[in-house]
Amino acid sequence: MSDRAPVPLLALRGIGKSFYGVRVLDGVDLDVAPGEVHAVVGENGAGKSTLMKIVSGGYVPDGGTIEFAGRSCVFGGPRDAQRAGIGIIHQEFNLLPERTVAENVYLGHEPKRRGLVDRRQMLSRTRDLLATIGETTLPADAVVGRLGVAQQQVVEIAKALALDARLLIMDEPTAALADHEVELLYGLVRRLQQQGIGLLYVSHRLTEVFDLSDRITVLKDGRRVQTMPTTEATAEDLVRQMVGRELSSYYPDRAAPEDIGAVRLAVRGGGNRKLRDIDLDLRAGEVLGIGGLQGSGRSALARALFGVEPFTTGLVTIDGKPTRLRSPRAATRAGIAYVTEDRKGEGIVARQSVLDNALLASRAVFPVRSGRAARTVRVRELLATVEVRAAGDDQEIRFLSGGNQQKVVLARWLALDPLILLFDEPTRGIDVGAKSAIHDLVRQLARAGAAVLMISSELPELLGMSDRMLVMRDGRVAGELPAGSTEEDVVALAVGTVSEAAA
Amino acid sequence: MSLLSLRAARRPVPGVFVALAITLAVGWLIVMIDGGQLFNQSTTVSLLHVAAGLGLVAVGQTLVILGGSLDLSVAYVISLSTLVAAETMNGSDGALLPAIGLALTVSAAVGLLNGLLVTRLRINAFIATLGVGLLLKGYLDNGYDGPAGTTSPTLVQTLGYQRIGPVPLSFLLLVAVTAACWFALARTRFGHHLVAVGGDPEVARLSGVRNDRVLVVAHMLCSLCAGLTGIYLASRLGSGAPRVGTEGLYDLESIAAVVIGGTALAGGRGGVVGTLGGVLLLASIDAIFNQLEVDAFFKQVIRGAIIIAAVAVYARRAMRKAAV
Repeated sequence: MSDRAPVPLLALRGIGKSFYGVRVLDGVDLDVAPGEVHAVVGENGAGKSTLMKIVSGGYVPDGGTIEFAGRSCVFGGPRDAQRAGIGIIHQEFNLLPERTVAENVYLGHEPKRRGLVDRRQMLSRTRDLLATIGETTLPADAVVGRLGVAQQQVVEIAKALALDARLLIMDEPTAALADHEVELLYGLVRRLQQQGIGLLYVSHRLTEVFDLSDRITVLKDGRRVQTMPTTEATAEDLVRQMVGRELSSYYPDRAAPEDIGAVRLAVRGGGNRKLRDIDLDLRAGEVLGIGGLQGSGRSALARALFGVEPFTTGLVTIDGKPTRLRSPRAATRAGIAYVTEDRKGEGIVARQSVLDNALLASRAVFPVRSGRAARTVRVRELLATVEVRAAGDDQEIRFLSGGNQQKVVLARWLALDPLILLFDEPTRGIDVGAKSAIHDLVRQLARAGAAVLMISSELPELLGMSDRMLVMRDGRVAGELPAGSTEEDVVALAVGTVSEAAA
Repeated sequence: MSLLSLRAARRPVPGVFVALAITLAVGWLIVMIDGGQLFNQSTTVSLLHVAAGLGLVAVGQTLVILGGSLDLSVAYVISLSTLVAAETMNGSDGALLPAIGLALTVSAAVGLLNGLLVTRLRINAFIATLGVGLLLKGYLDNGYDGPAGTTSPTLVQTLGYQRIGPVPLSFLLLVAVTAACWFALARTRFGHHLVAVGGDPEVARLSGVRNDRVLVVAHMLCSLCAGLTGIYLASRLGSGAPRVGTEGLYDLESIAAVVIGGTALAGGRGGVVGTLGGVLLLASIDAIFNQLEVDAFFKQVIRGAIIIAAVAVYARRAMRKAAV
């Protein structure tokens, strides 16, 4: 499908939207043909998520027209868009943790029999849906809150499919998926395509965009830069159009040997419910990458070091002194900062302002360290340093894009001058431009003498950023790898095809 | 994570029934040592009557709390409903049905007002329903000094005092209302949507649920339940009583029963069956203390301690769940 189909399924013309005086979208045109995968790429805050929410009825546009299946549409709410046949898989999960898979999948359009919810049918239809996605191990009556992130993503997809959608929007669908699950998603996308369903595919991972899409639209600062057939696009072109920069400057230089200092944080024989026999040295000035599969104990390690779920055995020393990290407060006071994996749930206070979010940790942990005004000034400077793009410091953080939210979280910790920084998936759900900004910040912090531990599921990021890597498996450190290792080395350790490696 | 652990403990039997059993057993023992009898005919009947009155409000309260809202106006709705019912009946059986209808209509209207304030004007439910309650209080204080109207004799004889064995008709009404609400929550779209709205309003909205409509209906059902309580109380008292709702502390007690029954105060988790357990627990404690002739103030202290303990237990459980 190299060119425009005769009748587009979806036609957007001149879509515009402002929030609190900030123009987020400006005159955007976009077509999706039946059976086409149309990828939308763009930098942080380029307006992709806003555009998707407009198509799915979450926001009402200020200007422009939406034509769906040949008819002009005005969506007053998500319900209208669903009725018309537009489904969306949101970037952030939209699931009820207390309810079952089936109840989530059919929320808002539960099957009825004689006026009542037909639970049996709801369960069997959910099972069928899960089977079409290739997920057979997930019980339809499982409580969603007890599922892992990847399984929740599957539920999210099933939920969108349950609508018999003719157009499906996927906003960063692979952000939480492991590699083999991404494969499943690919298959699923192709199957939907064969059924004549149009797909709008938003992703930061260019590999996916090239693998899946028929056409690509680039957004920048709320405007459409270009729409082109995927066959005519190259990764370098796309990145240049998105951010105006070449792909080669992707990762900052590693630390020189003389930059790496003494051991700052050491763990010997650390263990708890999820971890065993953790030995670890983290040096000043280095970025230590932590690899491994989902559930291998990567996040559990960061959470143990930050005192969320502390080590119950073993010894932790900071700068040679034994330290007990019993709570996040204790860890913060010991000079540790933690940028969490789940930004929406654990990173930000959605309804508080940018400034309040940035001040959160300093206020909580060091209430009287310095003058209030001085602290605010300092945090404002930090927000400027990390280049947060917001309408103002008093804007509620939930209106910011994921990348900007992450920068605010970073500023929050920088305000404490941490010696040790723990990053858990620092660039998840963040686009290329903001990603390299975060990478640069991480490297600058290391260069300034901080000890950095960085968890990442994205192998290029892990390999590109780390001075050295530990790969985890089943709650243990499976092995250590030097800089310059290959993706295969990491995967081999992570899945256990090589035994305890001597590195 | 095995499949078993995914399924296990889903919607467990609320722990409140365990607490209820223990309370009754311990209470029975203590009362016996004291030389009394906890489960004789008259104590059981009065226990179930207390439970019926509180239970009808509390079941309604469960619905709004599940939806993430709250209703502090129920005590005044109860008082108003006793008066509307008793004054319309005016001692005759002829006006029985119209009087019940009118009392319920007035109650539902208050619920509609509550619901619209909470959804359309986006006023915090705590403030909105407190405001409506005070409005009703003003009307009641202004218009009534004491009991007014006379309840129809038939109603007094049936709903008020008729029993099947030791079980009053009113308690059977409570069981029926609880069953109806349980069914509504489990088997109707309204129920599913209500729990969703309470669990996460944004998720519900993005899934196509009409949050406002669901919450308004929940508020109307809550007020209807309060109105029903009022009719029941009128049948017990024989007249309308302008302060029976507040003096019975039906607003706070109903919320306490809901919370003891395991429904999350923030909404999205829980159910009416647990509330029934909470109501029975509170009523049992009442009965035990009455038997022991415990000081009324001390009784309040114990009830407070029980509420705090219940919430602490649920909070711990939630924490453990989060850690899994």
